[in-house]
Order: sequence, then C-alpha cells, then structure tokens
Amino acid sequence: MEAEYRPVSNFPDSSIKLSIVSTPAHLPVVRATVESVCKLMEFDEPTRGDIVLAVDEALANVIKHAYQGANDKPIEIALRSVGGDKTALKIELRDWGEQAEPAKIKSRDLDDVRPGGLGVHIMARCMNEVNYVHAPDGGTLLTMIKTL
Amino acid sequence: MTETGNPIQNVRWLDAEKTVVVVEAAGEIDLHRSAAFQEALLEPLKKHPQRMIVDMTGVSYMDSSGVASLVKLLSRVRRDKINLRLAGLTPRVRNVFEITRLDTVFELYPSLQEAIDS
Repeated sequence: MEAEYRPVSNFPDSSIKLSIVSTPAHLPVVRATVESVCKLMEFDEPTRGDIVLAVDEALANVIKHAYQGANDKPIEIALRSVGGDKTALKIELRDWGEQAEPAKIKSRDLDDVRPGGLGVHIMARCMNEVNYVHAPDGGTLLTMIKTL
Repeated sequence: MTETGNPIQNVRWLDAEKTVVVVEAAGEIDLHRSAAFQEALLEPLKKHPQRMIVDMTGVSYMDSSGVASLVKLLSRVRRDKINLRLAGLTPRVRNVFEITRLDTVFELYPSLQEAIDS
C-alpha cells in the first residue's frame, strides 16, 4: 500500500536553507528560524522546544568538536517538510570539519554528574531519528527527523 | 539580533550578614553566553554565602552549555558546603533538566518566593 502523504499547507514541500559560519553568535538566529518553521508546520509548543534544542545542540557540537572552536567555518542547515505515513520535519546539518566515527557518537552515563557531553543524549531524546554519515567530500552530514 | 548582555542581571543579598544571595539570570543562555554566565555565577561565592538562589524566571532558553555552567557551580558549592537552589524555571528550561535527569540532582523551586521561604 502506498504511504499516505499529508501536505502541510503552511509549509510547501521545499527546503528552507541557512548558511552560517561556525560562531556561537549565530545560534539565536538559527533557533528563531527553526522555531518559525516548526510553528508553520503546527508542531505543539513542547515539541517545538525539543526540536529547537536538538538543532542548537547539534550546532554546538559542530562548533566545539568538528571545528574545534574556530568561528569562521561553514555550516549549512536545511529544513524540509517530508511526507510518508506521517508528515515530518527533516533537518540536515552539513559541516566540513573533523569527522568523528559515527558509531562512536553516543550518549554518556547520566548518573555521572559532570559538565559536558550531554548534547548527543539530548538530540536522541528530542528527535525520532538522528543519523550521522561522513560526506564524500569531507566533513559530516547529520540528518534529524521529527514526526508531526 | 543576538543577545550580548550579561546573563546575570542582578545580584542581591537578602540579609545584612550576607548569608543568602539571590542571583537573577535572564535571556537565552547558550554556547554564546554560557562562559559569561558561569563566571558571573561564581563571583558571589567569594563572599562565602550559606545559601545561593539562582532566579531563572527570566531565562527563556538554556542549552546543555548553560546546564554545564550550573553543574560546575553545583560542584563548587558542594565542596564549600553552600546550599544551592534554582528557582522559576520555565517549562522549556525545566525540560532540559528533565531530559538530562538533572532535575533530581538540583533543588528546583517553582518560584523565587518559594525558594526563599522553604
């Protein structure tokens, strides 16, 4: 049976793309954009908070780890409403920084109360899918999906 | 468009003996502002309070870097035997604590008044 596609009238099936450099000063701008897209797609308030948080944590990880704090490196973000059995928001984050082995990107033990290392756990908790792949021309493509 | 102001808006002592300090945080506390947040949080500890209340009523957003600043503060106050309370977390900020299970580690109060009175 063919999957049902439910178009979202406020958000046609096309990407919204952002190109930023790897400075933390740009994070509020990205968060505001993601929040707007989530509102257009009619995600409820708590889910909007989860999605914004997941994107923010992913970008922070790119800045801190892939680019090791450099504030002038490229990051591209694409937001797209996708169909299927359920409508979903698909978010792609592309960087050209240092690659980590995808299998080694995992949450840490939360019972160990110490600062740092919580971003991956937060992303996994907030999104339905989180997937890292090495891009053929260097860097990493992170794809995250949240169903409506 | 980005926030560059001090994430700590005000520091006030509740008594003349300076045993209880209220630190009022505000705005969005993310990777951009968490270093300044952490530095400002540690400043009142130099006067050796018995209790520190961080009023988060005005914090509209916090990510794991902001939470990390508070975890570092917690480590410091535990060492110095200072009671730390966080007050007035908005649902979104509280959600970050719940996701990371830190809501069971920190003393959280719904409002500043409750943190003062309890």
